[in-house]
Amino acid sequence: MNDIPVQDARADGAEGSQQFLTFTLGGEEYGVEILRVQEIKGFSAVTPIPNAPDYVKGVMNLRGTVVPVFDLRLKFGMERKDYDRFTVIVVVNVGARVVGLIVDSVSDVLDVDHDAIETSPDLGASVDTSILQGIARNNDRLITLLDIDRVVGESRVAAELAA
Amino acid sequence: MQIDLKKFQETFFEEAAEHLSTMESGLLHLEESGSDNEFLNTIFRAAHSIKGAAGSFDFKEIVRLTHVMENVLDKLRSNLLTPTADLTQILLRASDRLREVVDATRRGEASSVPIDDILPELEAVLGGGRPSEAAVAAAVSMSGDPRGEVVYSVVFEPELEFFRQGQDLFLLLRELGELGEILSSECQRSRMPALEELDPELCYLGWKVRVRTARAAHELRDVFMFVEGACRLDVTAEALAVADAAAAAGPVAARAERRVAVDRRSESTSIRVPTEKVDGLINLVGELVISQAMVNQAVASLSMTPELEEALMVVQRSTRELQEQVMAIRMLPIGTVFNRFPRLVHDLTMKLGKRARLEIEGAETELDKSVIEQLGDPLTHLIRNSIDHGIEDPEQRALAGKPEEGVITLRAYHEGGTVVIEVADDGKGLDRERIRAKAVSQGLIREDQTMTDEEVNALIFAAGFSTAAVVSDVSGRGVGMDVVKRNVESLNGAISVHSTQGKGSRIRIRLPLTLAILDGLSVQLGRDVFIVPLLSIRQSVRPEPSDIKTVLGGRGELFVLRGEQLPLVRLSRLFGVAGACEDPQQGIVVVTENDGHRFGVLVDDVLGQLQVVVKSIEKNYRKVEAVMGATILGDGRVAFIVDVAELHRIATRRKAPDEDGRSADGGAAAPVQEEVA
Repeated sequence: MNDIPVQDARADGAEGSQQFLTFTLGGEEYGVEILRVQEIKGFSAVTPIPNAPDYVKGVMNLRGTVVPVFDLRLKFGMERKDYDRFTVIVVVNVGARVVGLIVDSVSDVLDVDHDAIETSPDLGASVDTSILQGIARNNDRLITLLDIDRVVGESRVAAELAA
Repeated sequence: MQIDLKKFQETFFEEAAEHLSTMESGLLHLEESGSDNEFLNTIFRAAHSIKGAAGSFDFKEIVRLTHVMENVLDKLRSNLLTPTADLTQILLRASDRLREVVDATRRGEASSVPIDDILPELEAVLGGGRPSEAAVAAAVSMSGDPRGEVVYSVVFEPELEFFRQGQDLFLLLRELGELGEILSSECQRSRMPALEELDPELCYLGWKVRVRTARAAHELRDVFMFVEGACRLDVTAEALAVADAAAAAGPVAARAERRVAVDRRSESTSIRVPTEKVDGLINLVGELVISQAMVNQAVASLSMTPELEEALMVVQRSTRELQEQVMAIRMLPIGTVFNRFPRLVHDLTMKLGKRARLEIEGAETELDKSVIEQLGDPLTHLIRNSIDHGIEDPEQRALAGKPEEGVITLRAYHEGGTVVIEVADDGKGLDRERIRAKAVSQGLIREDQTMTDEEVNALIFAAGFSTAAVVSDVSGRGVGMDVVKRNVESLNGAISVHSTQGKGSRIRIRLPLTLAILDGLSVQLGRDVFIVPLLSIRQSVRPEPSDIKTVLGGRGELFVLRGEQLPLVRLSRLFGVAGACEDPQQGIVVVTENDGHRFGVLVDDVLGQLQVVVKSIEKNYRKVEAVMGATILGDGRVAFIVDVAELHRIATRRKAPDEDGRSADGGAAAPVQEEVA
């Protein structure tokens, strides 16, 4: 009777909750599903890609694999910020791809109740909410949960159209 | 259990495919080589192996078909049939059908391919001088047995190592007993040594068993199928035994032994490994090389003892060698794909009533396995085109003063860090008038458009341009040249066509050696390092002021090398690299060559020569213009490898007056596709 798949048990906490890695970007807090995160690395120099969009900072060597690194601040149209010792590359899996995301700093891992996620927040017509999984409220914090497939996938589609 | 079987089945299908190729190439040589030779044995072995393995998975259709083929081959082997063109055709058709059945079985639709039409054909061949029938008849009349039973004498002599291979004698003898009635069983002890020399783990015994059965001789042989390499086996019908024993036993035994020797060799010299394992190994070794280089850099500042220095040298050398050897695992000779084409040419010329032979050059040229696998379809199409549209009928050829037999040449060789594959024919060449007319009627070009011959040729690669409708009346061949071009481009390659009317055409496919080690020159641009494939570099020059000329008010630049004017590409501008030197005299011009065109590439500095492992950028990102891949440098940084051919195309295109050569953002990737084929 109780053959709940193991992954689900791990992904969702006891009472229908989900774990997110949270990080900051310009004073705002964001979250990505923890199961998509492969690892977290301190920022190190990347090799710029010729003629790439500005948010594509370059590629790095991740144990022999060439991995592109995206600056999420620039991707979201935020102000550029110098990288410091808090700057972190969150390496995520998007389908078969591995991609690094530069964020200001990582905060923690958070259990978020499904009930606490507002899935389709109304942010007005000027904001594209398709890259959002929802917005979570945790005590007095407001965490924007990213749909990582769309965040990274969008540029993929654009790349395929261009190529 | 189910899963296990699946795994073994997969191995069976892979091996069956190999056996089928072996069978096919053997069959193609059958006619010229006559009977009783290695080819026949090879073909027979292939059919036999397929049958044996298919039997254990209970693939009935495959067993039925191979069984009859095997009978025919056996007859050929024992000179009871002569290999004629007709017979070869039938066997080739049968092997085709077998391939279809195997494929269908792999998809789990075993019964979707009928074999009932091909079986009678094969049996008809057998019917001719069926000796086993004669033997049966003789035996029957001798023994007067109404049920058609024959007495066979089975001589079975396992080799000494038999038990060590985990074989069980009793199972075999018992199985033999189930096929008929054992009349007598005689143990042969001639090989038994004196007691003090006897090794209890060796098998010294042999058996001679007389069986009365209605089964055929090969069915008895099948009992010993899995130990065939490890024993001497002789199955003779007793009626024939007297006459044939002396004549047959000698050569058959010798042949069996030779076969065993051949099998042994191929078994012990190759193993089957999944590609992922090899790729994992390659990545790991790549990391090792980089870590090793980092260690070297890290200790360089220390004061080293001679021992440490020596040890580091050894590690470095071994690491390099290890890398080379591991890389070589993925490389296969292109012959593995070329080998299927003699058959294609053979079939197609017969079908079209033309005469042509295929000449293969450079079959030993090595290419990455994944590239080779994807070459089959485009090459098949090109060769088909050559025969279909290129080679003329024998009469036309005679009229044109050419030999009646056309020649199609399939050639592979290395050039400039790439592999070039050419499909050439000495046929009538492209009809540029008709191609032009067709292109105009299809709206691909304007009627008054002036085009060079090369440009007209390239039209055959345009999408929607049906080759069949243009150059010949044989249509319905599936894909067009645009698909071939797409296939080649998906391998990061380029395709071009050269043609002389009346003399023939030559299609050139240039392919990168993906995943190969590439010899490169590392060059500095600003703070970045790029790699230029060494094989496309002719020389490097520090330019004098007078060597650089500008045209169109500085929009185009030329580099003068010993009186010759070459287009000059400023790599830093093309790649949008900041901080690179602007004054050509501070930099170095690397003279590169692509497809016979030379051009200069301006870089800040040349750092040195090195071997790099080509890594894919597309895997995690996407194609980058004028870059064929990336690599990881000794310090762990990623460096891009310049695609010289694409660079050349872009450079020549960018001479257009409305282009300033610098593109700041990602929009630049868009126009890559407009390639001059």
